[in-house]
Amino acid sequence: MSHTATAPEATTNRALRAFLHGLPGVDEVGARARAQDLATRSIKTTAKAQAIDLAISMVDLTTLEGADTPGKVRALCAKAALPDPADRTVPRVGAVCVYPDMVATAVGALRGTGVGVASVATAFPAGRAPLEVKLADTRRAVADGAAEIDMVIDRGAFLSGDYLKVHDEITAVKEACGPAHLKVILETGELVTYDNVRRASHLAIRAGADFIKTSTGKVAPAATPPVVLVMLEAVRDHHAATGARVGVKPAGGIRTTKDAIRQLVLVNEIAGPAWLNPDLFRIGASSLLNDLLMQRTRLTTGTYPGPDYYTQD
Amino acid sequence: MAERRKGNAGKNPGKGAAEPAPVPGRLAVRKTYKLYLGGAFPRSESGRSYPVTSAKGDHLANASLASRKDAREAVVAARKAFGGWSARTAYNRGQILYRVAEVLEGRREQFAAQAVAAQGLSREAASRVVSAAVDRWVYYAGWTDKVAQVLGGANPVSGPYYNHSAPEPTGVVAVFAPQDAPLLGLTSVVAPVIATGNTAVVVTSEHAPLAAVDLAEVLATSDLPGGVVNLLTGRAGELGPHLAAHADVNALDLTGAGDLATGFEETAATTLTRVVRPGPESGGGEDAWLDPDPGTSRMTPFLETKTVWHPIGV
Repeated sequence: MSHTATAPEATTNRALRAFLHGLPGVDEVGARARAQDLATRSIKTTAKAQAIDLAISMVDLTTLEGADTPGKVRALCAKAALPDPADRTVPRVGAVCVYPDMVATAVGALRGTGVGVASVATAFPAGRAPLEVKLADTRRAVADGAAEIDMVIDRGAFLSGDYLKVHDEITAVKEACGPAHLKVILETGELVTYDNVRRASHLAIRAGADFIKTSTGKVAPAATPPVVLVMLEAVRDHHAATGARVGVKPAGGIRTTKDAIRQLVLVNEIAGPAWLNPDLFRIGASSLLNDLLMQRTRLTTGTYPGPDYYTQD
Repeated sequence: MAERRKGNAGKNPGKGAAEPAPVPGRLAVRKTYKLYLGGAFPRSESGRSYPVTSAKGDHLANASLASRKDAREAVVAARKAFGGWSARTAYNRGQILYRVAEVLEGRREQFAAQAVAAQGLSREAASRVVSAAVDRWVYYAGWTDKVAQVLGGANPVSGPYYNHSAPEPTGVVAVFAPQDAPLLGLTSVVAPVIATGNTAVVVTSEHAPLAAVDLAEVLATSDLPGGVVNLLTGRAGELGPHLAAHADVNALDLTGAGDLATGFEETAATTLTRVVRPGPESGGGEDAWLDPDPGTSRMTPFLETKTVWHPIGV
């Protein structure tokens, strides 16, 4: 399914349309079947232990609620730096993901731990705000110390075919990010088709995304395996064409260790083992971490753990 | 068929005249004895089964041989059901337990025949055991909305406070059912656990598990929410260590664990699990469980007491 369509030189809506609609279509049945097939891989014992630790290090521990408080964010940060206080061999998570107004709190709480702060920005989750507001949102989060910015694309513009608007917004936000990494949320649950997921992935990559992310977590369906598969194909093909590696972040609906390990299998099989590290693959989740910790305890102690022994966040 | 032929003979004594075509023999419809997990009847995840024989050694059926993972799933199902079941009013739980008695009463012939075949009881003894089992459900149905008054209440304190204590269910209880009392014994250990709002994972009698699976069909058709009772047929020695060590199991009833009980209790101590040790009736047959008024002794070990202080006035 590899294709080497070269990106157009001039960035006009027409050129973008020609590029994106020139991409080969996604075989929907095939994508589903492949994802389903890979989900049956059996990962046990030592491989499972390795996968669990890798998955923990890839978790973007997320709290994106209207009811978030500084106290809750600080508690989450403490958990991010030391997921299981009873076992210091558990790796720390990839990052903590919060709303822009909580960035300063999170940065303060995580100082010296090595865990970065990611912030959603650009009028998350709808993205319905003027560009100036989105850019101000982004600059403020970066100024407060966010190392990663999760932006949302304008799905309305994308679906009505105004690819240039989507492209230029991503470029502008990328510029506003400065040194911070940019994750572009496609919100695949609103893109309707796998073809659109592929087009949005390539559009975001072309506009300068460091990561492409499936969803906000506010819309269902979110990070379904076939969608992640299509996005992994996009970053693989981009790497084949240009040699540059873009990361992928599924988010939303990944709650169990089994789900997480299935994602890792997809990464390994579609994009390749180079993507099996937190710099190129993240999992946006909140309740997943406890399940990973419980499975880890199960493997190390041989007994079934209970949720009473883990913090509820 | 024999009766029918007799009837025909009565009406039509003329031998050989208009004899109907013989009815072909029916294929036997044999029952598959499966587990009862989360309100469904799955086979063991392991695909294993084991032969169950009568007291005389005749083969009766194959029962599912539950595995460690079935026990894990049972605990998950029980935990999931706990919130809803414990939040129901005690009165509603009583209605449902009474419903179990009603449905069991309607199927008493089946259970009596089962007891005769599996345990070699006489017809009279089997009938007595089934009656006692039905009555046991009614007994605990009555207790559901009275146990709080007996075990809780307003405490006299010297200060300007109200002080109330109320019993609350402890959570998920792993029950090792008596080995030689597959119906009445099983009922006598399961009913008190769920009457107060706990949910149960039950390891049935290993050598006589069929009555438990039949009872599961009664539970499944009695408005009892799925997951409140989960029945695992199999070996206590295989399932027990995992249930005893499980951190999401709040209490163990070791009544049917026999010699394994001490080991299980030691394992359970790691997570401070409440434990009920085997009592004098544990090793006996159904007759050991015939006492019509067992009291609260099987409910209290699976209850926590919540005490609330509240200032008077304002």
